[in-house]
Amino acid sequence: MTIEIRETPFDPYAVLAHYQEGMTELQGRYGATASFVGTMRDHNEGSTVTEMILEHYPGMTERHLQHIVAEAQQQWPLLDTLIVHRVGALQPNDTIVLVAVWSAHRTAAFESCRFIMEALKSRAPFWKKEALPAGERWVASNTAG
Amino acid sequence: MTIQVKYFASLRDQLGRNQDQLSGSDALTVTQIWSQLWPETPLPPNTLVAVNQEYAELHQPVQDGDEVAFFPPVTGG
Repeated sequence: MTIEIRETPFDPYAVLAHYQEGMTELQGRYGATASFVGTMRDHNEGSTVTEMILEHYPGMTERHLQHIVAEAQQQWPLLDTLIVHRVGALQPNDTIVLVAVWSAHRTAAFESCRFIMEALKSRAPFWKKEALPAGERWVASNTAG
Repeated sequence: MTIQVKYFASLRDQLGRNQDQLSGSDALTVTQIWSQLWPETPLPPNTLVAVNQEYAELHQPVQDGDEVAFFPPVTGG
C-alpha cells in the first residue's frame, strides 16, 4: 500500500507505470489493474474555474486513506494499492487524484477501485476552494457521481 | 487539562483563525468545547468533528491532551 499527498503536479500515467515497474515481487501474480484518475475541470456548477486550492488535514488525511485501503483489502483480495492526491494550488487539467489497485482478477480490481474512490470523496479530509472570475468560493459538497 | 482545537477550510475562514488551545479542569464533550470557545457562535449545521484525527460525535467526551477538529463536509478527489 502506498499513499502519497503531493504538493506538486504529477503525470498519473508516468507515476502508475513507474510504480508498477517497481512491483517486482508481484510480477506474474496480478492479472488485473484498475485505475481512476481525477482531473481538475475548468468549470463547475455553471461557472468558469480558473484555479483551485486543495486543503487537507495533515495526519488525519493519511490515516483515513489507510483505513479506506484496509477496508478494501478486507473485502477484496488485493495485491497492492496506490493513492496519490494533490494538495495546494491546481490549474485546470491538473491531476487531482490517482487511485490504482492490483489483483489477480478484474472484479476485485474494478470494485475496489470504485470503493476506494467513493470512500475517499466522502471521508478523507480534503477541501476545495475555487477561484472564479467573480472571486473565490469553497466547494460545499461533492457531486453525486 | 489542555485540548488542542483546529479549524479547517470555510469554517476556519468564517472564524478567522485556524486553532485554539483550551485549558481547564472540567471534563468536556466536543459540544461543550465549542460552546466554551465560541459562546456567541452556534456550531454551523453539517460541521464534522474529529477527535485525535478520527471522526467523532458531538457528545463524545474529550480527554486531556486530545486534538479536536471542526470542519465542513469534505470535498476531495
